[in-house]
Amino acid sequence: MPDLGKYAVEVLSAYAGGLALLALIGGQSLLRARRVARQLRQAEGRRDG
Amino acid sequence: MSIWQYANPAKFMATTRKLTRWLGILAVVTLAVGLIWGFFLTPDDYRQGSTVKIIYLHVPSALLAINGWMTMLVASLIWLVRRHHVSALVAKATAPVGATMTIIALFTGAVWGQPMWGTWWAWDPRLTSFLILFLFYLGYMALWAAIEDPDTAADLTSVLCLVGSVFAVLSRYAVLFWNQGLHQGASLSMDAEENVSDVFYLPLLTAMAGFVLLFVALVLLRTRTEIRARRLHALRLRERMAA
Repeated sequence: MPDLGKYAVEVLSAYAGGLALLALIGGQSLLRARRVARQLRQAEGRRDG
Repeated sequence: MSIWQYANPAKFMATTRKLTRWLGILAVVTLAVGLIWGFFLTPDDYRQGSTVKIIYLHVPSALLAINGWMTMLVASLIWLVRRHHVSALVAKATAPVGATMTIIALFTGAVWGQPMWGTWWAWDPRLTSFLILFLFYLGYMALWAAIEDPDTAADLTSVLCLVGSVFAVLSRYAVLFWNQGLHQGASLSMDAEENVSDVFYLPLLTAMAGFVLLFVALVLLRTRTEIRARRLHALRLRERMAA
């Protein structure tokens, strides 16, 4: 861990917040993609009997 | 061979199936290299101290906040002129990613600004135009959600996107139009002057490449989801009519 000196709180909070937001949009995109793909497979299965 | 063949949803889905996964993996690796390099292996700035490390998040996210809207603008124009549904869905899929990039740029900018300027926020031209751009992103997503008919939603959101493009351009060039703001000029530019030292420049370029790859991967993933969601909606309507 580098010595961040008197600005440690600012730098660490910028990284924590930025990475959390990236993880949020990435996770939400993946979860919705899986859910919609599963629902589409089920709907196509019902259509094909 | 024409670019318009990708306006066919089946062709788009087939082409992007593997591409999206590989782009996602490459994005995570590149982003990790850029951020680890920037955070752990670069020195402090002689004036800004360790806060200079925020640049590896702030500059790439600001870049994509503006270019996300520009992506939506191009996709919206294609929808308005050629009526390709995939392009309307690309614009819709880009908005949450662009909004996330904008909020990251605003947040990291505020956290960086507090120790350097002595304030979290100032009604500076660039900061203000970025805030308005973020509000346009929210309004754009709300408009998509509020209108049931997808073609009407695509038409109206495309017009909103054209209007919002003024603020995307302002966000980019505000520091050139007005000189009274706190925000510095462009960190990266095509002029011969060195604005960022090489020791920060290379990890910054790597982090930017990671952000760009992540942005493209997320837009492709979300566009694929929108295409599937529309197909699902059509199948459910057919089920309801048959029942």
